[in-house]
Amino acid sequence: MAKIKGAVVVNVERCKGCNLCVVACPSNVLALNKEANSKGYNYSAMVDADSCVGCAACALVCPDACITVYKVRI
Amino acid sequence: MTINDIINPANLVYAKTKVMNDVPMHYCPGCSHGVVHKLIAEIIEEMDFQEKTIAIAPVGCAVFAYKYLDIDWQQAAHGRAPALATAVKRLLPDRLVFTYQGDGDLAAIGTAETIHAANRGENIAIIFINNGIYGMTGGQMAPTTLMGMKSSTSPNGRTVPLNGHPLDITKLLAQLDGTCYVTRQSVHTVGTVRKTKKAIRLAFENSMAGKGTSVVEIVSTCNSGWKMTPEASNDWMVENMFPVFPMGDLKNL
Repeated sequence: MAKIKGAVVVNVERCKGCNLCVVACPSNVLALNKEANSKGYNYSAMVDADSCVGCAACALVCPDACITVYKVRI
Repeated sequence: MTINDIINPANLVYAKTKVMNDVPMHYCPGCSHGVVHKLIAEIIEEMDFQEKTIAIAPVGCAVFAYKYLDIDWQQAAHGRAPALATAVKRLLPDRLVFTYQGDGDLAAIGTAETIHAANRGENIAIIFINNGIYGMTGGQMAPTTLMGMKSSTSPNGRTVPLNGHPLDITKLLAQLDGTCYVTRQSVHTVGTVRKTKKAIRLAFENSMAGKGTSVVEIVSTCNSGWKMTPEASNDWMVENMFPVFPMGDLKNL
């Protein structure tokens, strides 16, 4: 069976750390970073990149359009 | 395969649309406005209407919407967006004209303009963000504030003897002959975001087809005004707002 692997890129400076993408992710890929961006927000980042399937759920619910999603079939 | 192999333009699934520019939005973290802005931008790109859209901005948090979407905008006086949209659409009927309003703008000071524009069946789309509160000015009670809901001007909760009942203006608009499509949606989950996108697209298409006024209410959160986290606001909305403002189409001709 073809395996799907995904990856997300978060626009760190645009992210406001609202946590909605973390809640929306079905594979628990994302979490808020301990470090903050220049505005003081703990931005979202991939903590379990291997589990990402590129479903774009995080990007769809992101209120600031900070997330770009990529997906490949292996 | 490493992450850098996956991150390649050929594998792109989702990226921010170009209709939305890179100016950082002033909305609070987790605000529903951002999601709706993004959906509108995506729809305009898909319909290839960037050069043919004139949007009417309200007074309220979305007053700066013109900064974020690269389309033509007009800023209306408080509540008067449907009146301004009427003028724009009648003068330039080949343009896509929509208003973007909050509950304080549309359901309080702009009630007359909204009802009469909808009753005349103007060929405009009305995007109505209902978060049950005046968000920009500090969380005061709005006509749509729920019974018992606390706000800065109803610190002990809204009561009928003092404040009256919540106004379901969308239901009111659905009864008018001028409206062709009236729906209520939300943007708190992936599924609801997709549904709302379809609803807004249909409203825009109705406007261009000259079918009459389309109203898309989006039940939203105001986590700053409600004094909750974005996540808790979504749960609170599902639990408290949805029973009073149920999801779904109220009219679809």
